[in-house]
Amino acid sequence: MTARPFALAVELDGAGSHPAAARAAGLDARQVLEAARLADHLREAERAGFTAATFADSPLGSRLDAIQRSAFAGPLTSAIGLIPVAHAVYSEPFHVATQLASADFASYGRTGWIVGVDPDPRIAVAYGREAVGPEHAAATAADFIEVARRLWDSWEDDAVIRDTATWRYFDRDKVHYIDFEGASFSVKGPSIVPRPPQGQLPIFTDAASGVAGDVALVTSSAEAAVAAARDSGAALVWLELEVALDHAGLPGRERVERLDDVEPWAREGFGRYVGDAGGLVDLLAELAAQVDGVRLHPAALDGPLGGDLEELGRAVLPELRRRGIHTPPAVGATLRESIGLPASVNRYATKATA
Amino acid sequence: MNAPRNQIQFGVFFQGVNFSTIWTAPESGSQTDFESFRRVAQTAERGLFSAFFLGEGLRLREHLGRLHDLDVAGRPDAQTQLAALAAVTSKIGLVATQNATYNDPFDLAHRLQSLDLLSGGRAAWNIVTTDNAWTGENFRRGGYLDHADRYTHAEQVVETVRAVWDSWDEEGSPRLVARDFGAFDVRGTGRLPRSPQEHPVLFQAGDSDEGRDFAARTAEVIFSAHGAFEAAKTFAADMRRRTALVGRPADDLKIFPGQQFVLADTDAEAQEKARWVVEHQVTPATALAFLENVWGTSLQNYDPDGPLPDIDPVVEVTGETRGAGFRAQKTRDTVAAWRAQAEAENLSIREFVIKVGGRREGGIVGSYQSVADLLARYADEHVVDGFNVSPWLIPSGLDDIVDRLVPELQERGVYPTEYRGDTLREHLGLRPPLTRRGATTDAAQAPSLDLV
Repeated sequence: MTARPFALAVELDGAGSHPAAARAAGLDARQVLEAARLADHLREAERAGFTAATFADSPLGSRLDAIQRSAFAGPLTSAIGLIPVAHAVYSEPFHVATQLASADFASYGRTGWIVGVDPDPRIAVAYGREAVGPEHAAATAADFIEVARRLWDSWEDDAVIRDTATWRYFDRDKVHYIDFEGASFSVKGPSIVPRPPQGQLPIFTDAASGVAGDVALVTSSAEAAVAAARDSGAALVWLELEVALDHAGLPGRERVERLDDVEPWAREGFGRYVGDAGGLVDLLAELAAQVDGVRLHPAALDGPLGGDLEELGRAVLPELRRRGIHTPPAVGATLRESIGLPASVNRYATKATA
Repeated sequence: MNAPRNQIQFGVFFQGVNFSTIWTAPESGSQTDFESFRRVAQTAERGLFSAFFLGEGLRLREHLGRLHDLDVAGRPDAQTQLAALAAVTSKIGLVATQNATYNDPFDLAHRLQSLDLLSGGRAAWNIVTTDNAWTGENFRRGGYLDHADRYTHAEQVVETVRAVWDSWDEEGSPRLVARDFGAFDVRGTGRLPRSPQEHPVLFQAGDSDEGRDFAARTAEVIFSAHGAFEAAKTFAADMRRRTALVGRPADDLKIFPGQQFVLADTDAEAQEKARWVVEHQVTPATALAFLENVWGTSLQNYDPDGPLPDIDPVVEVTGETRGAGFRAQKTRDTVAAWRAQAEAENLSIREFVIKVGGRREGGIVGSYQSVADLLARYADEHVVDGFNVSPWLIPSGLDDIVDRLVPELQERGVYPTEYRGDTLREHLGLRPPLTRRGATTDAAQAPSLDLV
């Protein structure tokens, strides 16, 4: 039996996870959104050997649409997984599912989805829908995921036949209505996009959101927390971890202090590592025995107080690779393959006739 | 010295739907592989095209109550695909068709603005609208809109989207935008700064009286179905009149008819090629389906190479490939007229559909030189501002246009020899957005939308 891969992902939103990262780097509201910066960070993350890059998003706040950012990243990269947040409480499941499928095409099967489950009433009014509480939001997101999964399966892999004997471009017996009926919405289908390269995109959910996906994102590597996440139905469990590393003669602690002088870095329940690269390597080596992956949230990417991505690529991932703990994703591999999910099975696939 | 000649431009429409894209030829490539899109977009950019255009259909087409399986179908989401193409192009405009009925105004405004920033000011929104409850079955609100209200609603959505784009405040907090659409109301703020082209360019394609007025009030570019010279001339005169009537400069709205080109070294070869094209577009099965749309019933027992069906159309059933519409008496009249024409000209079903369907698709056919001469006439008489080229082959369909036709046009001085700038607004020579023509501009030249 081959060992399950240990995945390392990096969050590439904005100028870093520290709220002062952009200001400390002297980036204004427009500069922090620049495509050229995003492209540089993506290439750096791929060179470093990360399994995946993630893109935070919310229907509130000043960010470029995360699905568009990951679609943009597709042709710029060839191995790294691309995982945007897409909101799943008030938005349209049909749109989000087809957008994600399209991003998977643009990346040749390297796209995932972090399900956003935020019931904030300000989002509800922007969409013109009734605000809901957390429980209702989780139930809606679960329905939303079900619609996406059905839509992704609604075209079988071999639905396009281009049959010049009958002049049919596709076989309509292999394209299916999904007929989803839920409490908040119903969706007829089929998808307007054929089945994406991965079939089913890997779905990531916050373990605390109460919504089940393929990969649960947890904030503690304690045995009980990991076990609970697995019991919820997730095949894989990844840990969230903030990092600020020593860089260019500046200790990580001092970088954080100086950034905190601009605006404090509030604790969001994530673990946080501040220190040298060697210590982080040891920590990740330990964690590799407890969880299936770690998503790193680097404090700052740019400017004199930045450098976390650079340091991860210089001293952390190469050492983990040398120790045989982490392997960079292969060029052309799908995200499912890179993180260790089995090939997806189509729920509508016609049984082969005997 | 002669004044420089007026010029035309090209855009490209990667269709991904309808029978005009040939999928049966050996050189017909994938409709979903990103490489097909990359190749078309990069070829267009090499040919200095101003825009790359993607359509949108929010439900798979049906025919006689079942999925319509004869044409290419299944295409990527427009904005997502354009975001990916933004990474592999640097100049060409990126036009996304987006439905004003089944997109949420704030979400739509944000995603378009996001694409505009991601591409450095190259995004555009092609506004389409529908009241169609059938499409609504894929969306939360279902068929909430009456047919009569669709343009009113679309115009209100456009106004809201613009207000969201304009609500960003460089200094402080964005202004709140609140709008009541009757069936729902929305409230929020813009979330992104302006792009290098201020905001996405607005395209529109409606052809009805209502649609044309909507374009005159709202759009910056109009696609039309009127590509033939005289039809284009009439259309341009009509649109410029309507545009001036709402207080805009007559040339404020750029006109880009959709157009298919069939080119070769000689006119005779081009004619022969055009025959091949239409025969591959109108397969025997497509010919029958074309008639079934009108007859409203299966005609599978009829020979495509035989005469038109002698049975009466089933007018009670709305058995249409969605998007086309036929009503009872109109249907009976159409059938009678078609039968008479086919009989008089001794045409089989397929020959007849090739003739009728071919006419509908239009098409400019000829040698590179003679087509360049013809297009120079369009430019000289300013009958169009450009053509939105619909390639009939993917992904090679633009190759001869870029490699052979564009140089002929450039030699005649009627086609750009470089991009004018970096944004779509610059390529098209557009004025600033309608809502952003400040007090410094002549008021008569730049009315606010509220005044019309």
